[in-house]
Amino acid sequence: MTLDVRDLAYAYPDGTQALFGVTLSIARGERVALLGPNGAGKTTLVMHLNGILTPGHGEVRVAGLPVTKENLKEVRRRVGLIFQDPDDQLFMPTVREDVAFGPANMGLRGDDLDRAVVTALEKVGMADAIDRPPHHLSFGQRRRVAVATVLAMDPEILVLDEPSSNLDPASRRELAEILKSLDVTVLMVTHDLPYAMELCERSVILSGGVIAADGPTREILADGDLLAEHRLELPYGFAVPSPPGRG
Amino acid sequence: MKGLYRPGDSPIHRLAPQCKLVAVVLFAVVVVATPRERFWAFFLYALTLAAVTLLARVPVGYVLKRLAVELPFVVFALAIPFIGVGERIDVMGVSLSVAGLWAAWNILAKATLGVAASILLAATTEPRALLLGAQRLRVPQLLIQIATFMLRYLEVILDEMRRMKVARESRGFTPRDLRQAPVLAKSAGALFIRSYERGERVHLAMLSRGYTGTMPTLRDDRAPKAQWAMAAVLPVVASAVLFVS
Repeated sequence: MTLDVRDLAYAYPDGTQALFGVTLSIARGERVALLGPNGAGKTTLVMHLNGILTPGHGEVRVAGLPVTKENLKEVRRRVGLIFQDPDDQLFMPTVREDVAFGPANMGLRGDDLDRAVVTALEKVGMADAIDRPPHHLSFGQRRRVAVATVLAMDPEILVLDEPSSNLDPASRRELAEILKSLDVTVLMVTHDLPYAMELCERSVILSGGVIAADGPTREILADGDLLAEHRLELPYGFAVPSPPGRG
Repeated sequence: MKGLYRPGDSPIHRLAPQCKLVAVVLFAVVVVATPRERFWAFFLYALTLAAVTLLARVPVGYVLKRLAVELPFVVFALAIPFIGVGERIDVMGVSLSVAGLWAAWNILAKATLGVAASILLAATTEPRALLLGAQRLRVPQLLIQIATFMLRYLEVILDEMRRMKVARESRGFTPRDLRQAPVLAKSAGALFIRSYERGERVHLAMLSRGYTGTMPTLRDDRAPKAQWAMAAVLPVVASAVLFVS
């Protein structure tokens, strides 16, 4: 298992309980959508995956390695977290320095570092922008560079927070093509149900701090009652036909 | 952000930033150490800077125009002869203090030379390179990191400020006089909080990529001896002038 979350419960210091025992396993190579209404605890769950938050109860393992203080460095290499706003993700003055930040923290230097940077940028089609400052790039380009910043760390699993938000249709499609072309496990937090349908064979609904559903995306999105119960809706004009042999 | 930087490919542009930084600081020290009576020395310093300007292929007008940052000091310096005490002298019917005139000349000459040298440095060195140079010279990490983030986020924050302005005006706000100041003050507060929250998110993003408190140095950009030698020309010429004069 690439990701193993067991009985994870968490309450914020102010007492608000966000997660009430989440169990979730993701196998190598899977692409999984994490769906759920606002306030369901999606971000809280994501923050546990690379040890930014420490579980109140339960545990998280990444490729067998428990997420604990001692393993933090290796865990953060294995889990590539991509934040929603690329301006938060890209904090260095040039694209090159930004993509190099992660692998350099892992100890890479010189030619190895350069190679990791260029390879990661090529994977997202942004190698030409290597010496440009991030604020000179379009929003879609910035999001692609943000993906490269974690790809450069050679992660076991890519965790994306709302990858399609604020993208125009062409950038949205380009990002989908890039994600499909990558040979990496993906956990994608999103409200964009058609995007989940396009990219992920499996979906998980997190609602009220627990896993409310876990199954093939096609089945979950076809179940109108289930979606409605968790404040999820397909956009106007979209319909997913029920899989054969079901209601 | 472009600032003062003027892209080019002159020998001065190619010099390592740390060499240029040291050269400018030493030059300024020599200038400041020069007794104010040695007019010739100041003239020769100015000539030296002119030579650097030529070598850097920076238009003289570019440097002169940017000397305007000095204006507040100029105003202050020009006031001294009027308010100065002691022996007085009549210049075109106006009584001026002799000591004040000397003080004004001292401030004007030294400040102008120092500012001109800094402008040349900024015009031939990218802001990012300047920071890398300062880092190389062991300026404290924390200061470098703060300046680096400022470089990255200035545009982002300015954008945010513009959006807030549009949002205010879209709802009928027109700043006319002081009575509107509280609205602007609240906007400034909101901008501060937004920037603070962005800082927290950026910190999370840094932690997620293995940040442990120090920025990784990506390259060993040590400057070759030849570059140091070339950069040394400026302060060496200046000190030679100081000794000879």
